[in-house]
Amino acid sequence: MAYDKFTILKSSAVPMPIENVDTDQIIPARFLKATERKGFGDNLFRDWRYETDGTPKKDFVLNNPIYSGKILVAGKNFGSGSSREHAAWAIYDYGFRCVVSSFFADIFKNNSLNIGILPVQVSPEFLDKIFTAIEADPKAEIEVNLATQTITITATGASESFAINGYKKHNMMNGFDDIDYLQAMKEDIKVFAEKSLY
Amino acid sequence: MSNKPATLFDKVWDSHVVRKIEDGPDVFFIDRHFIHEVTSPVAFLGMEGRGLKVMFPEKTFATADHNTPTINQHLPVQDPLSANQLKALETNSNKYGISHWGLGNPKNGIVHVVGPENGITLPGMTIVCGDSHTSTHGAFGAIAFGIGTSEVEMVLSSQCIMQPKPKKMRINVTGKLGKGITPKDVTLYIISKLTAAGATGYFVEYAGEVFENMSMEGRMTVCNMSIEMGARGGMIAPDETTFNYIKGREKAPQGAAWDKALAYWKTLKTDEGATFDVEHTYAAADIEPMITYGTNPGMGMGITHHIPSALAGDSKASYEKSLQYMGFHEEDAMLGKQVDYVFIGSCTNGRIEDFRAFASIVKGRKKAEHVTAWIVPGSHIVEQQIKDEGILDILTEAGFQLRQPGCSACLAMNDDKVPAGKYAVSTSNRNFEGRQGPGSRTMLASPLVAAAAAVTGVVTDPRELMA
Repeated sequence: MAYDKFTILKSSAVPMPIENVDTDQIIPARFLKATERKGFGDNLFRDWRYETDGTPKKDFVLNNPIYSGKILVAGKNFGSGSSREHAAWAIYDYGFRCVVSSFFADIFKNNSLNIGILPVQVSPEFLDKIFTAIEADPKAEIEVNLATQTITITATGASESFAINGYKKHNMMNGFDDIDYLQAMKEDIKVFAEKSLY
Repeated sequence: MSNKPATLFDKVWDSHVVRKIEDGPDVFFIDRHFIHEVTSPVAFLGMEGRGLKVMFPEKTFATADHNTPTINQHLPVQDPLSANQLKALETNSNKYGISHWGLGNPKNGIVHVVGPENGITLPGMTIVCGDSHTSTHGAFGAIAFGIGTSEVEMVLSSQCIMQPKPKKMRINVTGKLGKGITPKDVTLYIISKLTAAGATGYFVEYAGEVFENMSMEGRMTVCNMSIEMGARGGMIAPDETTFNYIKGREKAPQGAAWDKALAYWKTLKTDEGATFDVEHTYAAADIEPMITYGTNPGMGMGITHHIPSALAGDSKASYEKSLQYMGFHEEDAMLGKQVDYVFIGSCTNGRIEDFRAFASIVKGRKKAEHVTAWIVPGSHIVEQQIKDEGILDILTEAGFQLRQPGCSACLAMNDDKVPAGKYAVSTSNRNFEGRQGPGSRTMLASPLVAAAAAVTGVVTDPRELMA
């Protein structure tokens, strides 16, 4: 599925200073039963967000109207666990386009990049600065610039650069995906496959 | 090929790179692709939306497992959403000529159990599946890892994915394991040392005496859990144990093809002088029966120990949240903790050796009255072995029932859900909040620890019940 181009994102952010947020929290397995990619945002963080009877849990950040935005800021080791792309779909479908953390699980990071969510890995110190900025002003603006690979807290001007490989950066800035790339080199793949032992 | 010493991982990885992209990932060729009902439907939809077809249907194998009931499999699946996913897998497989072992097929079972037991998984292969525990297949000296649905679509339509090459880690465990110490304890021990994120960005090779002496079932248990410390996968160099396991299995090479394959497989080991980015060494003598006390697999400890105190600093709040969820406290002993549910099964511990271990403890004892036990073989082949070896008789005598194969309570997508607040000792791989049902509390452990809990009704050191 092609996705929107990602260039510069300026938005307030939703703070989730919890470590090891695993994919079962992002989207519990019982909500993986669809055969189409739609509606996953409704169950994003389901068991943290709702009581068993469906009432919103007041103390959960997504239910607090003072926080909103297209950026989710979370503690280290975000997205650990399952390879379910549904976790990234749920985050995207809810409206986030960027997740900031001081550490990401590998498969989650790949899945995010493949569907147009930018995972921005920052230092633990910068992560703290973002949490502090949001604490001071829940609407604090964060600017994520993919071209310059920088993330900036607008109010303080504090800024840090982040890493992304050139290939993925180009894809995200243009809304391209890997499937297009692979289709364009199918002849090479055919030749390679003929030599395969298996 | 250069003569530079190479690791096992380098040998397999480098021989599967179709193209290297500068400042980007490798275009990586996939030898075997497993699919199941949960992570494949959207990939087929995406492919069809682009007007693409499956490039090599003979390299993909489908089995239904995540969403299947573990009783009354001969009846129509009750949950319409689950039934719909199972139907989609069957329809898509038939449409593109992909081998499909659906519910009721004698070959059906958990994807990471049926691949190896039918000889689909072989040394030196690259293997992917839309499931993070694909790392299991690394036990055969394959590079195997989990992928997302976009990547499932890539493999279906081009037999390749785009992957940056991970860094390399070697984990050595030296010496001999003590009585009652199983492969599950070895992996839970390693993860407790490295933490749940300690191997993120790495591909692991397990080496040393403990793994050399381990059965294929045990090696699969260890490689399976690699993802639980963040590693993309883990692998073990193939040896005589590996070759003996594979030989004669249905889809394994035979005759001249076997000889040719075997000659190649014997080259699949890390050369002397090859280097790793990181290396860790542990002593087998330090490993006890393990159990987890928190909400990620890194929160594990020797069963006779007390729950450690929170570390000072950033992680304190997360640590306390975790213990609070479990209803445990710092310094609590784990021995004697209440157990309501016991689950033996999953791609981690759903193979014949695991049920033999379980039976060795319950033999001549009775299931604790208040414990609900789910005994779920990893496949129909394992189920048959359980019957043929007399294990079923031992289980029945002790008051246990055998269920039908599937992922079951490992991720609780079907009806096998642990109720809120209840405690489960589980041989599966994740103790995340709500993993085994909303509000469920999971303690990960070996089949021996699970058996000891099932007969005593509390967390018990299995060594006390061993002859």
